[in-house]
Amino acid sequence: MLIPCPWCGDREDIEFTYGGPGDVAYPADPEAADDPTWARFLFFRPNPKGRLAERWVHTAGCRRWFNLVRDTVTHTITPA
Amino acid sequence: MGEPHPHPDHLWRNPQPKRSYEVVIVGAGGHGLATAYYLAKNHGIRDVAVLERGWLAGGNMARNTTVIRSNYLWDESAAIYEHSLKLWEHLSEELDYDILFSQRGVLNLVHSQGDRRDGMRRVNANRLNGIDAEWLTAAEVKAFCPIVNISPDVRYPVIGGTLQRRGGIAKHDYVAWAFARKADEMGVDLIQNCEVSGFDLDGGRLGGVHTNRGLIAANKVALCAAGHSTMLADMIGLDLPIQSHPLQALVSELLEPILNCVVMSNVVHVYVSQAHKGELVMGAGIDPYNSYAQRGSPHVIEDQLAAACELFPIFSRAHVLRTWAGIVDVSPDASPILGLTPIENLFINCGWGTGGFKATPGAGWVYAHTIAHGAPHPLNVPFALERFTTGALIDEHGAAGVAH
Repeated sequence: MLIPCPWCGDREDIEFTYGGPGDVAYPADPEAADDPTWARFLFFRPNPKGRLAERWVHTAGCRRWFNLVRDTVTHTITPA
Repeated sequence: MGEPHPHPDHLWRNPQPKRSYEVVIVGAGGHGLATAYYLAKNHGIRDVAVLERGWLAGGNMARNTTVIRSNYLWDESAAIYEHSLKLWEHLSEELDYDILFSQRGVLNLVHSQGDRRDGMRRVNANRLNGIDAEWLTAAEVKAFCPIVNISPDVRYPVIGGTLQRRGGIAKHDYVAWAFARKADEMGVDLIQNCEVSGFDLDGGRLGGVHTNRGLIAANKVALCAAGHSTMLADMIGLDLPIQSHPLQALVSELLEPILNCVVMSNVVHVYVSQAHKGELVMGAGIDPYNSYAQRGSPHVIEDQLAAACELFPIFSRAHVLRTWAGIVDVSPDASPILGLTPIENLFINCGWGTGGFKATPGAGWVYAHTIAHGAPHPLNVPFALERFTTGALIDEHGAAGVAH
């Protein structure tokens, strides 16, 4: 799988570390967050069969984080 | 009982679905079939359908590497996997079908001092739970499995190992077919090519499932769909802390008997056994990214072959015949989710991740109990979905890590 690093271009996936599904917001008011809210934040992530917005870091390259959208069936990648 | 049947002529009917059932199980993999069998056998519930989107046992049940063991670290896991191993020990007779269960021993290699402390801790934890476990020195490793390379002149020398002699392998297809045959005999309908497309919710009450073969009413619906669990759960608004990943495996060509046990190494990341037919069966860790593609990245295969050649120099001339991947359902604590859901009469069994095959009879046993009683069996109480809210996780990353 070739992953398009926004800074280095297409590189093999072995150079990258997966950051999981993206757009996970820290609880806005952490002091007030109850257990179910923390559970959602810590453990529950989207797991679609299809397009998934996710985070990657180019560990063996520029070491910068970025977002992309990848199809979990075809592995086709489109920029976020 | 007499000798188990070598290979029966008739396995199961292919019935048309009835309009309604007491219990509908979604997913005819090993767990779904075992659940149906124990519902009929232990609880007298025979008005059961097992719905399968594809063909029977064609998912992870056809793709796993068939390792069976119970040497997990924590009490909760040890209890449920040991229950399963005890069922395996009599399963051929129970199902009257020789499933080629072979207790040839599962050897975990140890390569560093940290690894050694973990290994010894696990041996002691296992023994306290009544599970057989032994610590082996490097020389004892070599004596037990002569083709392992224990030379100090490698990057990660083998300095010892842990051994569960009661661990081993079984023939995965036969296991599924044996459960299917007996469940079918007791009246369970196994319905292939039947894909669930939604749930029938009448005023918030679960009434059955919509499928490509029409509405099938059910008093109870039990999900058992491994890597596709969240797709089903999404249809009914149930959130599951599950991520689906490819787990790759491979086989060599058929070889003369050369490897007498199952060998695993978490450090150099490979596990290998030799199937009854003769091929070397290997696997390693999951691919890191979410995927439903049933294929993974080539470097994962390359790494595990490098590891295998370092541990077993004799394998260097063997050839890879096939590689493939299954879609595994990984939970945050590497432990299964098995029990009730917030939706009445909807039950969940998922999250077995990389290690579901060994749990097939045990999971079926306790899941059937949970469905029959509407309450969990004592063995699966700790594996409730609520643990992600209460924080009572069962962190088996160490014992589940690479080892399936």
